[in-house]
Amino acid sequence: MAQHQVNYASSGGLPVALTTVDKLLNWGRSNSLWPLTYGLACCAIEMMASGASRFDFDRMGVIFRASPRQADVMILAGTLSKKHAEFARRLYDQMAEPKWVISMGSCANTGGMFNTYATVQGVDRIIPVDIYLPGCAPRPETLQYAMMMLQKKIRRESADMKKRKLQRFV
Amino acid sequence: MRKYTPKDNVQGKAKYTDRFWVAPQVPRLSVDEDTHFTNVLQKVKEVVEVLDSYVEIGQLVIHIRPEDNIKALKTLKEDCGYAMCSELSAIDYLAQDGEFEIFYQMLNLNEAKRVRFLTRIKKGQAIESIVPLYAMAKFAEREMYDMFGIVVNNHPYLKRILMPDDWEGHPLLKTYPLEGDEFASWYEVDKIFGKEYRDIIGPELRDPARIDRYDTQRFSRVGHEVPFNANPDLVDKTQTPIEYSSDFLSNYNKGPHEVMDKRK
Repeated sequence: MAQHQVNYASSGGLPVALTTVDKLLNWGRSNSLWPLTYGLACCAIEMMASGASRFDFDRMGVIFRASPRQADVMILAGTLSKKHAEFARRLYDQMAEPKWVISMGSCANTGGMFNTYATVQGVDRIIPVDIYLPGCAPRPETLQYAMMMLQKKIRRESADMKKRKLQRFV
Repeated sequence: MRKYTPKDNVQGKAKYTDRFWVAPQVPRLSVDEDTHFTNVLQKVKEVVEVLDSYVEIGQLVIHIRPEDNIKALKTLKEDCGYAMCSELSAIDYLAQDGEFEIFYQMLNLNEAKRVRFLTRIKKGQAIESIVPLYAMAKFAEREMYDMFGIVVNNHPYLKRILMPDDWEGHPLLKTYPLEGDEFASWYEVDKIFGKEYRDIIGPELRDPARIDRYDTQRFSRVGHEVPFNANPDLVDKTQTPIEYSSDFLSNYNKGPHEVMDKRK
């Protein structure tokens, strides 16, 4: 049996925690961020390593999903080619609100070393990005740090979807 | 022992200048020296007209007319045992000669020998597909079409292979800009959002990777040419020349060198 320890000196002697709806919702959202399995290039290797047991994303509640319908976060890990840009945008559109985007690595941020005709020069040309993660490729720790920054961001913003949308697009 | 050369001033002298530089050329040997290649060339000559032939780095190179490509490859496959075509593509010599050079790289797996067919076509001229002979040409000819715009007749599925189907231009042409033309730079925006969103999203920001040595705000200060954090636009570049060597490099050429002088 679980031994509940109730501190009768605080909370007016009641086993009650007080919070706001915003905080409660954001607590839930930020602690179960499910990213879309969306590796585009070599950054995907680091993303896979982050998910595997050595770095262990699961302990942060980050579990990779294979469907955009079940995902909250899109991690664009790698070079986005212009041919593929259409499909990246479609996957983003298929994700349910609330949704966030992490641009992982130099190629996704700016096109990186691929200063060519066939590479999208920064995924923010087609998708609104929340966190830009530098590196070529970023280490798994860096991706985990980005995820923690995203959690911080979520905890800061309003849980109201309409407000969130306004904040995002204005 | 190597012959001694004075090493006093090796830094001062350029190692070589390109005044007398001659482009390295691969030696072209006669076909007669290799019996296998002689036989191959004999058989090809019976079927098609051979414009030129020689052996280059152990490979037989045969120049043929573009309309003869099927006949020549068929002979090679059926009579000479070249069961594999390892690569085919084109080279853009439009600026130089107004022509494309198409090459077929053939491999004989039993004898470990390679033969290369070279043929030249004008711009806009089509070439016959070799898919009936070698199935690998399905992809290779599609790539040739995609990258150079060379139409291949009687190909079963001639369609772009790497670039999107609605792409304009052929990227491996020497005239195609590496960073893309206007169509390429707006491709994803036009496709996803529509042309009217060009103004909202704006043009691509491409970093030319150029370092302004007078700009001490964004680049590290090397050489102390200008005061730290000085506005690079306001710096008089004629008054503050960039002097790296005198500041940083010690001059090894001044003064006597006892050890080196003794060796002389």
